[in-house]
Amino acid sequence: MPLIIKTQEINKYYNRYKADEVRALEDVTLTISQGEALVLNGASGSGKTTLLSLIGCMARPTSGSIFIQDKEVSRLPERFLTNIRRQTFGFIFQQLNLIRDISALENILLPLYPSGTSIKEMNWRAKEILTRLNILKKAHMKVSALSGGEQQRVAIARALINQPQIIIADEPTAHLDSFLAAELLQILTELNREGKTVVIATHDPFVSRHKLIDRVIRMRDGQIIGGLEP
Amino acid sequence: MTRFLKILEYALSSLARRKFKNFSIIAIYSFTIASLASILLLTHSLKEIAVNVLADGPDIVVQRLTGGRHDMIPASNAQAIEKLIGVGRVTPRIWGYYYDGLYQTNYTILGVHEKLPPLEMVKGRMVARDGECTVGQGVATTQNAEIGNELLLINSKGIGHTCEITGMFKAQSNLWTNDLILFSQDDLQRFFATPDGLATDIIVEVYNPKEIPVVAQKIKQLFPDTRPVTLNEILHTYQSVFNWRSGMMLTIFASSLIAFSILAWDKATGISGEEKQEIGILKAIGWDTSDILALKFSEGSVISVTSFLLGISLAYIHVFLLGAPLLVPVLKGWSVLFPRLQLVPYVDMYQIFTLGFLTIIPYMASTVLPSWKSAITDPESIMRGG
Amino acid sequence: MIRTRFFLSCIAFLLITLALLSLHSRYGKQAWIAQELTANRKLVANLALTDLALWTEARYTRHPALADFFAPFQDAPASFEHFPAGSIIAPRLPGVSTTLRVRKPPVGAPK
Repeated sequence: MPLIIKTQEINKYYNRYKADEVRALEDVTLTISQGEALVLNGASGSGKTTLLSLIGCMARPTSGSIFIQDKEVSRLPERFLTNIRRQTFGFIFQQLNLIRDISALENILLPLYPSGTSIKEMNWRAKEILTRLNILKKAHMKVSALSGGEQQRVAIARALINQPQIIIADEPTAHLDSFLAAELLQILTELNREGKTVVIATHDPFVSRHKLIDRVIRMRDGQIIGGLEP
Repeated sequence: MTRFLKILEYALSSLARRKFKNFSIIAIYSFTIASLASILLLTHSLKEIAVNVLADGPDIVVQRLTGGRHDMIPASNAQAIEKLIGVGRVTPRIWGYYYDGLYQTNYTILGVHEKLPPLEMVKGRMVARDGECTVGQGVATTQNAEIGNELLLINSKGIGHTCEITGMFKAQSNLWTNDLILFSQDDLQRFFATPDGLATDIIVEVYNPKEIPVVAQKIKQLFPDTRPVTLNEILHTYQSVFNWRSGMMLTIFASSLIAFSILAWDKATGISGEEKQEIGILKAIGWDTSDILALKFSEGSVISVTSFLLGISLAYIHVFLLGAPLLVPVLKGWSVLFPRLQLVPYVDMYQIFTLGFLTIIPYMASTVLPSWKSAITDPESIMRGG
Repeated sequence: MIRTRFFLSCIAFLLITLALLSLHSRYGKQAWIAQELTANRKLVANLALTDLALWTEARYTRHPALADFFAPFQDAPASFEHFPAGSIIAPRLPGVSTTLRVRKPPVGAPK
């Protein structure tokens, strides 16, 4: 399988050169192949989320390099980074981060607003995803009126509308009961089967032990302490 | 283009989410613009009317000053002025004010010398002999008089003076004649008990308009106690009567204050934690800084452009179609006789554009700038639970 | 896109209103110039009128063009403005165009 993500000795500092300097990541080197389903496991503060946001092009490392599909992205200006983020990644956040006062459909379409995608295409894609996630009937309801599980699916639908190759999820089961967590993993499994790479940061053993997961990487204090080899 | 339209659509959707707030802003904002624009339209129109009509006003009006106050001028001065080169007709005239205690109104009474040519703006007949008068609409309305009726005024000796109304000024000349009463010159002299040989002022006609200042200079040399008021000075008075130092402009400043308090309110409540969170979400799911700014820019322009267009239209309708009913009480002061304003729709585009510039730009700035800081931060923060 | 369409139609409606109003302004002006301007000018010329008959509350507001220089204070110097209209209109321009310069003839100059 070809590599899709490669990090090389990346470091991330917060508040550098100040009294409250934090070294969130220390010389992290990691490779992820296409189609892999991977878990970053560790206690909170171990650097999972930081690593996830660097991989997802949401922030830049203090030093080291990141390659996405063989393209060095760690030094790119924001505009290009946004572009890569938009085209390559779908994000599922710990907090669902939906905009509560607008409809499910609008939330799902949000990533496509600034793109050149035509309105017809947008609606077509949304319909397809909504059907697949079984929330088509709720499309025009406000997010705040949906149940937790439905909101979860709206968030997944929004992550998928860009047709991303990599799905990044940060503690996706933290606020879900075991039934919803199972449902989420089921959806992720299906996506993974279709060839999408899945990277999940979690300390939930239920996720780490799920049959979907190919590899678990353990982190502590900003360093990888195990699971580099499959 | 699609990108812009889609961002506009989302901007409208976010505005619709805070429907009450945004509709109130549009309402107050357009009201502010409407009041500013009403004042601008009204004063500009009055100015244009005055300056255009007064172009045919008297070339020079010679007044006499005594102790810094306007005083009666010897009518004999006219003969000396007449001899100046370039001077045409010189007419000493009598005019003055009359307070009607019954109706508590002030009239202006003007003496008419000889037979004037029939004027289009006069209904009926111009005053031709003693015992007759021509009155303005405002006078006729307060006195409830018509052509053919008798007008009773109390003269300076306390004796009633009646005259027959032979003519009335048409409503189209109201801006000039509303409070005007024309008497024959002799009648008026008796009415005011003006001593013989004195006049209120002297009207001087000058053949060549370019010579008006020279003639005025010569009159001043001839009679140092006089003050010649040239046509240019009269026009200047009306060009500057509504300038920025006048109370009208204070009203404008007051309204602008309202406008700015709206801006401040909107700004203070605009970029709430919720909105910051929203910007973070948008960035995280693939919006660029420029997309966020385009969104805020669209939100600002939707509000300000709508309010501006609405405000300008309302102001025009208010001033020119309805006769500025909301401004007249301000303009009127204590004047009892105030003409019904039939304003000519003179519009100064420069004023309108300036108004647009001064109201739209600050609003846009106050919507876009506060979100700037949120828009440029890394979307990473949203990963940390916002 | 239903909101965009609604918004753009609102803007279009307002623009059309403004266009109609500007036509109104244009024809209103033309009509006034054609019908009333000349007649009013003739009136002003024949009666030698100098001012708009707007404010009849005081001498200096009825005839701002002919008012004394210090009219607002003429009856009680340094009193506050009494008439509302006097605060609406601007004070007369400070400059007077016709002035006399008086020079003392040099001593011994021929008369």
